[in-house]
Amino acid sequence: MNISLITFPGTNREHDMAMALKQAGATNVNMVWHKETDLGKTDLIVLPGGFSHGDYLRCGAMAANSPIMKDVIAQSKKGVRVFGVCNGFQILIEAGLLPGALLHNNSLKFICKNVHLKYVAQGGYMKPDEMIHVPIAHGEGNYFANDAILKQLEDNDSIAFKYCNDNGICDDAANPNGSVANIAGIYNKDKTILGMMPHPENATQDHQINTSARPFFTSLLNSL
Amino acid sequence: MKTSVTVTLKKGVLDPQGKAIEGALHSLGFEGAENVNVGKLITLDLPDGTSQEQIKDMCEKLLSNPVIEDYEIKILN
Repeated sequence: MNISLITFPGTNREHDMAMALKQAGATNVNMVWHKETDLGKTDLIVLPGGFSHGDYLRCGAMAANSPIMKDVIAQSKKGVRVFGVCNGFQILIEAGLLPGALLHNNSLKFICKNVHLKYVAQGGYMKPDEMIHVPIAHGEGNYFANDAILKQLEDNDSIAFKYCNDNGICDDAANPNGSVANIAGIYNKDKTILGMMPHPENATQDHQINTSARPFFTSLLNSL
Repeated sequence: MKTSVTVTLKKGVLDPQGKAIEGALHSLGFEGAENVNVGKLITLDLPDGTSQEQIKDMCEKLLSNPVIEDYEIKILN
């Protein structure tokens, strides 16, 4: 099993992600610099978090046009699994692999705290209504989709995670950044591409105290 | 060919920066200031004869995000 972790200038969560994947049993985790043009044979492409290109213009806009992204897009079209977290999610959206946009948090503040997430899709890496407790760390994580995109996400069962409270209620009080419909993460139609703002990789290690996202990573690797 | 591209949020897209600035203007005593929106101004030099289509292509592929933003192109000379 080959996993490609794509790094851009300003990526800073790649080692956290590698630790989470290895903790779940991954052995071949390769860092791939964005200037590369060929991923070779890979089973999972991961875009970790950070501040690629300093978040200039729009978060992820420059990274989405990096040389390696041509092969990321080509392989994803063939069904190779892709997983993007935080800035990685922003890059997937800017690259057109996932719909919608990510705006400034409605509070205008950078938010760094633990949140509860409810899994709402019927298929994919978790079971409906399962919850995980994971950190968020972003300034531009306010998921925006117009009515047509939102309907498409709902019709295709593409909404993966919603922000909720500790009782699993997805209300305004549990929405940290103003995301439409409390959306924290989405799939593409075939559920081969997942992007999310929260950081499950930071809820997997003993030293992180919270290990609630371990089953998620196990399931992700089992799907390959 | 000096060119400018103004990028603004589409109507209906929340503009928290605009809201914050509006609030600050009000607290400075400019109570009449309303509908404050924040955008971006990008200026660039292009080879003479660059077509409008090519500039539009730049705007749609990189300079703006058509999902949330509108853009306006101006040729300055």
